Amino acid sequence: MSAVGVAAGRLPARHRAVAFTPVVVVYLALAALLVVGSVLVALDGGVLLDHGGVLNILTRSTVLGLVAIGQTLVIVTGSLDLSVAYLAGLCSLIAAETMAGSTAMVVPGVLAALAVAAVVGLVNGLVITVLKANAFIATLGVALVLRGYLEHSYTGPAGSVPRAFQHLGYDRIGPVPVSALLMLALAAAAWWYLRRTRTGYHMYAVGGDVDVARLSGVRTGRTIVTAHVVCAVMAGLAGVFLASRLGSGAPYVGTDAGYDLESIAAVVLGGTALAGGRGGVAGTIGGVLILATLDTIFDDLGVNSFFKDVVRGVVLVVAVALYARRRHTGRSS
Amino acid sequence: MTRLRLADGTAPVLVVLVVLLVALAFAGPAYSEPSGYLALLKRAAPLVVLAVGQYFVVVSGGFDLSVGSLVTAEVVIAARLVDGDDADTAWVVALLLGFGLLVGLVNGLVTTKLLVPSFIVTLGMLLVLDGAVFLWTGGAPRGALSPSFRVAGRGGADVPLLGQVPWSVVVLLVVVGAAVWFMRGPTGRLLVAVGDNEKAVHLAGGRVDRLRLLAFVLSALLATVAAILLAGFAGVSAQVGQGLEFRAITAVVLGGVLLGGGRGSVVAAAAGAVTLEALFSLLNLLGVSGALESAVQGVIIIAAVAYAARGTALRHLLPHRKTTVDST
Repeated sequence: MSAVGVAAGRLPARHRAVAFTPVVVVYLALAALLVVGSVLVALDGGVLLDHGGVLNILTRSTVLGLVAIGQTLVIVTGSLDLSVAYLAGLCSLIAAETMAGSTAMVVPGVLAALAVAAVVGLVNGLVITVLKANAFIATLGVALVLRGYLEHSYTGPAGSVPRAFQHLGYDRIGPVPVSALLMLALAAAAWWYLRRTRTGYHMYAVGGDVDVARLSGVRTGRTIVTAHVVCAVMAGLAGVFLASRLGSGAPYVGTDAGYDLESIAAVVLGGTALAGGRGGVAGTIGGVLILATLDTIFDDLGVNSFFKDVVRGVVLVVAVALYARRRHTGRSS
Repeated sequence: MTRLRLADGTAPVLVVLVVLLVALAFAGPAYSEPSGYLALLKRAAPLVVLAVGQYFVVVSGGFDLSVGSLVTAEVVIAARLVDGDDADTAWVVALLLGFGLLVGLVNGLVTTKLLVPSFIVTLGMLLVLDGAVFLWTGGAPRGALSPSFRVAGRGGADVPLLGQVPWSVVVLLVVVGAAVWFMRGPTGRLLVAVGDNEKAVHLAGGRVDRLRLLAFVLSALLATVAAILLAGFAGVSAQVGQGLEFRAITAVVLGGVLLGGGRGSVVAAAAGAVTLEALFSLLNLLGVSGALESAVQGVIIIAAVAYAARGTALRHLLPHRKTTVDST
């Protein structure tokens, strides 16, 4: 929670509104959701936040959290990455195939997956900055290329990870999965990176106004490429983690879960402006936890899974409408 | 200034389209006579109609990600309600148009009144529609379309010289013609102006909210038309609209329309859609496997957009030439 406090405090010249920054709102919403959800599940004769429930929420949050952290950096920079879902699938395959069941190959497998992810991120970034293609189209194009490769080369799950590596996916301390702690540590690192380093500040500057940033001496191209590389590596990590959970690589593990649009939804739910220049990782994690909690509540209540999509869509639009309203009234007063 | 001047950025996509059409003529014997190209236009018709709708939204500065799921929803609803009965066709078509109108109004009103970015609004609408369709059908659409419902997508009229002209091509031409007429009128020009500079339009007395609302309504209505064409052409399935929103946006961007609004012509957007379909046909004829098709598509999209963007960037570097460029 200290992260939330500092993030809120650092928003310039808005001290009177400190209590209701989107980050605070999203965690209040999460708390409200947990209370309401607990009551609903209790009325149904269950317990939401028991051992299994906490485990469920945190496990669901891990993969989406990893992807969404990267997506936050990219969106803050004023860009967008639609290729993360296919990239996660690709990286799960690369990791699993390199490991091929041998414990000795765990480190090379992870490194190979992350290296490929970094290259894909580099391509994304260079297409956007050097070829000046719109980020939406550039990453959609890269996503199509990855999809073509996956469809051409794989028909189903491939490769296998050694049992030792599956500990990453399944080990836990009490009800808290180790992987969720790792994800939160990475979130903290990303928060530090955005709020405490020069490149992080440059990302806000570029996302706020790319021309002003350039005229102020920020190397805008380099900043955008960095954001995309970090985002791709995070998606790669999500793929590696999925390989560890599944025991093998699966080509469509990322797209089946819709991590591309879902991660954007989590980021926006967390109060980051889609246009860039505003927001942060703390809110994103809140958004991810809200989505995971919603899923868990619906599972506990036995709600039809397609109904989840409907609710998710409504929640997303309502949340952003609330932020937009606040920002608008703030500006006009 | 001639009357038939090409809008800024239309030329590249037309060149690409002509090259593709010539390549098609060499690659496949079916393309040595008009009927082959008519068949291509028939396949392209739903995408062209969608692209025209998407154009209105994109040029006014928004996105419409909901059209793919809207197409699926409309097809599934139509199959369920018509259920093979010709007598029901008319009111179901009317109902579908009403449903499209409603979706467009919701998209537009949430975007303009609640100030939510259209990307998020239409993403939410996508989730809601997808979820609702599956909730309603349980994953497998039931019912069947009546023969009269499928005429628009399948049937055609006999025309001398050309042979059978599919109705979908007629619809395509009517939609594009109407869109060109609309964009040349005052409302169309204001729509582009909104995408270029919303504040300026507002200060000049333009009703920005109403214009953007109109764009979303038009997009949803045209998605309904595309759904009727697709239902006739391809039949009922729960995947019929999958990925169409990205394809329509790709077509629009391929036509040189600027994402973010304010630049681009509707003819170019339609040409972008035909180009995309011609590209798929060509890849098919050349025996590129379906799997690699999307990879090739990805590379070509990036190349086309990069080319267009570099062209614009170069023009911006030479501001004194801007007037001459505009008047060509």
